[in-house]
Amino acid sequence: MKKATLFVPGDSSAVSVGANAVATRIGVEAAARGVDAKIVRNGSRGLYWLEPMVEVLTRAGRIAYGPVGEGDVANLFDRNWLEGAEHALRLGPPEEIPYLKSQQRVTFARVGITDPLSLEDYIEHGGFRGLRAALAIGPQQIIDEVSRSGLRGRGGAAFPTGVKWQTVLNQPAGEKYVVCNADEGDSGSFSDRMVMEGDPFLLIEGMTIAALAVGASRGYIYLRSEYPYARKALQKAIETATQQGCLGESVLASGKPFHLELRVGAGSYICGEETAMLDSLEGKRGIVRSKPPLPAVQGLFGRPTVINNVISFASVPAILDKGAEHYRSLGMNRSRGTLPVQLAGNVRHGGLVEIEFGVTLRELLYGWGGGSASGRPIKAVQVGGPLGAYLRESEFDLPLDYEAFAARSAMVGHGGVVAFDDTVDMARMARYAMEFCAIESCGKCTPCRLGSRRGVEVIDRILAARNGEKDDSVALLRDLCETMLHGSLCAMGGMTPFPVISALDKFPEDFGLSRSEAVNQ
Amino acid sequence: MKSDIPGPERAAALFADLVGEPGALIPILRRIQEHLGFIPPAYVPVVAGELNLSRAEVQGVISFYHEFRSEPPGRHTIRICQAEACQAMGAAALTRHAVARTAAGMKETSPDGRFTLEPVYCLGNCACSPAVMVGTTLHGRVTPERFDELLEALPE
Repeated sequence: MKKATLFVPGDSSAVSVGANAVATRIGVEAAARGVDAKIVRNGSRGLYWLEPMVEVLTRAGRIAYGPVGEGDVANLFDRNWLEGAEHALRLGPPEEIPYLKSQQRVTFARVGITDPLSLEDYIEHGGFRGLRAALAIGPQQIIDEVSRSGLRGRGGAAFPTGVKWQTVLNQPAGEKYVVCNADEGDSGSFSDRMVMEGDPFLLIEGMTIAALAVGASRGYIYLRSEYPYARKALQKAIETATQQGCLGESVLASGKPFHLELRVGAGSYICGEETAMLDSLEGKRGIVRSKPPLPAVQGLFGRPTVINNVISFASVPAILDKGAEHYRSLGMNRSRGTLPVQLAGNVRHGGLVEIEFGVTLRELLYGWGGGSASGRPIKAVQVGGPLGAYLRESEFDLPLDYEAFAARSAMVGHGGVVAFDDTVDMARMARYAMEFCAIESCGKCTPCRLGSRRGVEVIDRILAARNGEKDDSVALLRDLCETMLHGSLCAMGGMTPFPVISALDKFPEDFGLSRSEAVNQ
Repeated sequence: MKSDIPGPERAAALFADLVGEPGALIPILRRIQEHLGFIPPAYVPVVAGELNLSRAEVQGVISFYHEFRSEPPGRHTIRICQAEACQAMGAAALTRHAVARTAAGMKETSPDGRFTLEPVYCLGNCACSPAVMVGTTLHGRVTPERFDELLEALPE
């Protein structure tokens, strides 16, 4: 019987556009042709406009075809795709596709290549080399290496990871925790999801290294409930890693324990704020805590806790394996290493672009992204989630760099880039920012809880007056934003003004104002 | 459907294994909702008793999280993403279409009890917007036409 190996992504985005049906159809067509087909459900390469993208293992290596519809499968077999034959859907060797070839995949090195749930695959492709390197050196040396790499928190706040870990290590011995913030709630972000679904052992390895570094024996992954596919993958990966001795009483027979547990949220954006997340993990409402004390000193159940985002933890194994210098050599200024950028919204070639810092928005939007999906001009871009500022075309040459963005009251955040074409109404987007804050506010501080509601009302008045008589609503909106900016307890209320004010300043005509009216009020 | 819900006297058995866990309340509420589709108000005192919490504390947690519900949902829960990336690709028009097609308002159940429509803020499918989740199955690039196909493929 003729044998064949095919890769059909099990990534939820690929599944959302038909990958499961394609996989089933491949099984049926193969059987009908007497082919013994092994179908691997790999992660996605992140070229989402080509999903479902099927890869066939041929004598010449893997050959990609995409986007493959259920109805294309029989024809692909007829045209001998198992030998990598020509076809209208043939994309060639995946790593030669320019979108992928031009990237610098460090954290995402394995995603899309391996079977995410196969520990053998993971190890064969370099898995646990970082953890083994960490076990060979002491906690302080691990932290020194992470500090030297220049890694900063990828969840959005960009705090130096090494400094955070050092603070936890410096606390007196006793129960300490490692918590992964997998509450990836920012619109336009999906890199955490891709790692958790496409390379879950990588997250486990990164968290284990953190645990070794700070002396923690217990960890939690706080996963948002909107990710049922990631939940399944993580559950299975934790189970396998525990059975195989990669987690548990003695990590890789080192004698050092690390127990990891998955916890699932219940739909709350604010639980992505680290202290609200801790309260949620403790079984309470997700209410933001005042800082200090920092979670590194008094975190989960009152104990010192390392909290990092999925991508932060996932970046660590490569740093330990290849050395801090390698990671540090990438990037610009104080933004070192790579960032998995997510191109989303109205963009022709949406997907994941892992690239060193310094790349410009223009290169991302028009190079990789191929312009808008609708074919209309891109009018505005929001970077860094719902609390990120809107940027206009004249700002697209801004390099991706934490400080360069901050200088423009914008943020790189988690690296999500959402494009809008010229049909977008920016006053409506400003209203949405306030509305979202009102829906998701934890309610602890007044500027956020009430300010956001008043914000919706004020913008409604501005919208109503767009074609009529102007009042002092714009001045009121600015004043309100000032109060929220300075008076809120956390970034939810404190940064909601960024999308609002940037929309007002950069697109005053959408608010029914001339440029001078917008600025002078 | 209501008659299938075990009475509160059988509630504790549903989550007995979780009671000793640190921060057990949310995992327990999730367990109940995943089994029954909602958290019957009669279960609140049982959960509170098992965890040595006040009923107000338990009720406070249920009402804080968007996903917990105290009423049974329709036979199919359809969540439509309202966040920015999906808005950029027509989520508002899709939502209007869904409301008209299912006869359920947002956060409401259709009169025939078949559909519950809910807003959701990001499903992580932002490169294949607009996104919709039916039960726990994710769908991407959902045009109004595709939405109708999804509905037609669902059992009553």
